[in-house]
Amino acid sequence: MVYDPFKHASSDRTLSAPPSAFDYMKDKVFRSFAYCCALAIILLVTYIVFELGSQALPAIKTYGLGFVTGTTWDANQREFGVLPEIWGTLYSSLIALAIGGVLGVGIAIFLTQSFVHAKLELVFRTIIELLAAIPSVVYGLWGIYVLIPLLRPVAQWFYETLGWFPFFGTELSGPGLAPASLVLAIMILPTVAAISADAFQRIPYKVKEAAYGMGATKWEVILKVMLPTASSGILAGLVLGFGRALGETMALAMLIGNVNNISLSLFAPANTLASLLASTFPEAGEIEVQALMYAALVLLAITFIVNIAGLAVQQYAMRKFEGKK
Amino acid sequence: MTSLSDTGEFIAKKYEPKGPVVLDCQINNIYYGNFRAVRDSHVPIEKNKVTGFIGPSGCGKSTVLRSMNRMNDLIESFRFDGSIQYHSNDIYGKKVDPVVVRRYIGMVFQLPNPFSMSIYDNVAFGLRLNGFKGDEEEMVVQALKRAAIWDDVKDKLKNSGLSLSGGQQQRLCIARAIATEPDVLLMDEPCSALDPIATRQVEELMVELKEHYSVALVTHNMQQATRVADVTAFLGVDISQGGRTGYLVEMDDTQKIFEDPQQLLTQQYVRGEFS
Amino acid sequence: MSEITQQLPPVVEFPSLEKDSFDIRAIKNSTLTLMVWGIAIMASIPLFSVIFMLISEGGSRIDIEALTEIPPAGFETGGGFGNAIIGTFVMVGIASLISIPFGIMAALHLAILDPNSKLTTISRFLAKVLTGFPSILAGVFVYAVIVITTGTYSAWAGGVALAVLMLPTVTLAAEEAMRQVPQRMKDAAYGMGCTRTQVIMQVVLPTGLPGILTGVILAVAGAAGESAPLLFTALFSNYYMAELAEPTASLSILIYNFSGMPFDNQIELAWAASLVLVVLVLFFNILARVVGRSKFKE
Repeated sequence: MVYDPFKHASSDRTLSAPPSAFDYMKDKVFRSFAYCCALAIILLVTYIVFELGSQALPAIKTYGLGFVTGTTWDANQREFGVLPEIWGTLYSSLIALAIGGVLGVGIAIFLTQSFVHAKLELVFRTIIELLAAIPSVVYGLWGIYVLIPLLRPVAQWFYETLGWFPFFGTELSGPGLAPASLVLAIMILPTVAAISADAFQRIPYKVKEAAYGMGATKWEVILKVMLPTASSGILAGLVLGFGRALGETMALAMLIGNVNNISLSLFAPANTLASLLASTFPEAGEIEVQALMYAALVLLAITFIVNIAGLAVQQYAMRKFEGKK
Repeated sequence: MTSLSDTGEFIAKKYEPKGPVVLDCQINNIYYGNFRAVRDSHVPIEKNKVTGFIGPSGCGKSTVLRSMNRMNDLIESFRFDGSIQYHSNDIYGKKVDPVVVRRYIGMVFQLPNPFSMSIYDNVAFGLRLNGFKGDEEEMVVQALKRAAIWDDVKDKLKNSGLSLSGGQQQRLCIARAIATEPDVLLMDEPCSALDPIATRQVEELMVELKEHYSVALVTHNMQQATRVADVTAFLGVDISQGGRTGYLVEMDDTQKIFEDPQQLLTQQYVRGEFS
Repeated sequence: MSEITQQLPPVVEFPSLEKDSFDIRAIKNSTLTLMVWGIAIMASIPLFSVIFMLISEGGSRIDIEALTEIPPAGFETGGGFGNAIIGTFVMVGIASLISIPFGIMAALHLAILDPNSKLTTISRFLAKVLTGFPSILAGVFVYAVIVITTGTYSAWAGGVALAVLMLPTVTLAAEEAMRQVPQRMKDAAYGMGCTRTQVIMQVVLPTGLPGILTGVILAVAGAAGESAPLLFTALFSNYYMAELAEPTASLSILIYNFSGMPFDNQIELAWAASLVLVVLVLFFNILARVVGRSKFKE
């Protein structure tokens, strides 16, 4: 029974009554369930890591660290190495980060430093958010039928005039690093823009006021005061955008060419860990699946490190503005 | 007058209540973690009277008030040492659930805090919570009338409680608190966010409410205490031990506190020499 | 007259306060302004290009046949992706049924019930890490756990893979929305003697509902557009689904499969399916905005 020593003692008028035993039971059940759900997230992540690890274990035992440095992927010869994929993953993501980063930060400045009327600002903000909403496969399709035909003459020109330069060392025959990285850049741009814009908005107005008060022009304020102040937030946006690029799958599987190849050339086909999984997994036999699980684990490790770095920087940036130590 | 140079051991003279006591608070210590917020204060809350709490900021008067319905239990580091007798039952008793305590001892907060639901639902909230079986509408209307807000809202009971002005919101919150007819009403600076006119209305309301309820009122406005409170407790701050620990300096009839205080500190405070 | 009075006052050169458009600072200023304008416009081009292509290529192919028929084989003409639309809805539905209740309950624990405990800190951190997970890993994980165990690709597996992706998004968004509920409203409810569950059910959830819904709908939109986790969990099927325990078609996988085919008919269908998918995703996005706007007044 519910313990209520007050009912009889208090005035007759009072309508107060203790929660019923049923209320108490509901409270207990509800809270335990919520606790379990919070716990479930931890268990889920642990289980994912554990499951991938144990599935990959046979391949880890067989190939060891040679898997990470090997350059061939041949299921018939049972020879598996993912160095080209690691290279392709990092290279394409870095190019995407360079392009998407500059554009993203530029847009964050454009959206937060009152360049346009608030209504137009909202229009551009919406455009950027919609850019993030478009599914990856649709970008892939767009890349195949719009971007690649558009890039081909440009790539040809670069190859013919600057072919001695390693970045332009091959022709763009179709899919390749350049279209893949460009689409990747478009896809991470909203992430970078959103987190950077947030960092700019966190800067107290008085900081800007102080700079204007000293006679700085708008861009002097932006470049010398706002940008450095927001730098840690922007860095977090860049790192998280990079993490997103590393794991992006479909658009890359459709655009990068899926060729085991380590090349500096922007126009050469390549492969990434995620698109290796996407293109090989459905038809893989048992041994190859084990190797693919190992590849998934490598991808997991890379994104895990990058994401944690990003979150740590973000945490640091937020603390800086909130004045916590 | 007693010297207050060494407040470390000072314990206020016991206030002898003249009528029946509804809530007998014997506070030895209140801690937040290692911080000692309040010490050695005995404040009986009398039936059908308004008991005012005044004192400089940081003296722990809100902490004392929030201890009376165990609101402070929501703060993890909170520790209470003492007893609060409510009809000869200790509300800090081992078997007592704070949730039950709060059902009998109502509270009105510093900032008006209606729920984002209709005016009617705001007032009916407590009735439904306590499983009231009678005529709900009648009780809601009665509470709104008693809180002197019926005329303002009778045509818009379905509107959101948040659509009202600050003063109206606070009276709505009072209506919500008294709808279940709690024995005691705790009011934590209920007028601090209100304009002078709204403040006046709420003050008049408090005087009327004491016919039915026993009211404990924290205020930082001494005039308000003189206008409303029958009995006033003055809490001071003791900084002798490093922290800022609040303690009861003097408690007596309001008139006595303001016109003939027994403690130098009280005298200085009511004269406005510090705040 | 004395010499002192004869002296002229010293000449002081005041800087001109007029605007000089050819001043180096002014030029730098306008160049940079022009640049961010260029960036903003450049970033908008892909969106408009995608939308243009969807309407011109996909729009012309959308008709009742495309929306209801099953996918064509090789050289066949006509056909459609009705089964893929159903499959997408079913799998997103399964994912929602799993992840939304779980996510909201977890969010309640993180935001209200025990916001500062160790479990909460770890759980919140891992949820953030999980949002950064490559979506294909959810597919790999579910393949290992469900597809291998049950021995078949299925709508179940696809739904669970999507749920793994939705769970952290729902949790974090719902937590954020619940934190927006003002403390003083919660205080009022506690002050009236509500149990914690009553505070949540009667105050926190109703008040935070618009924000929670926004987060949930955005997560649903994201799941609808996902394809990587479905690749080898739900696989694909050329027929309407008969049960949940068989390979199931989805719009995104259909687009992926058809995009690389050398047949115009299939490519047209891929564009048409993309149009349907984008309209679906944008619908959810707009819905989320509309719902989010009805936030409670402070």
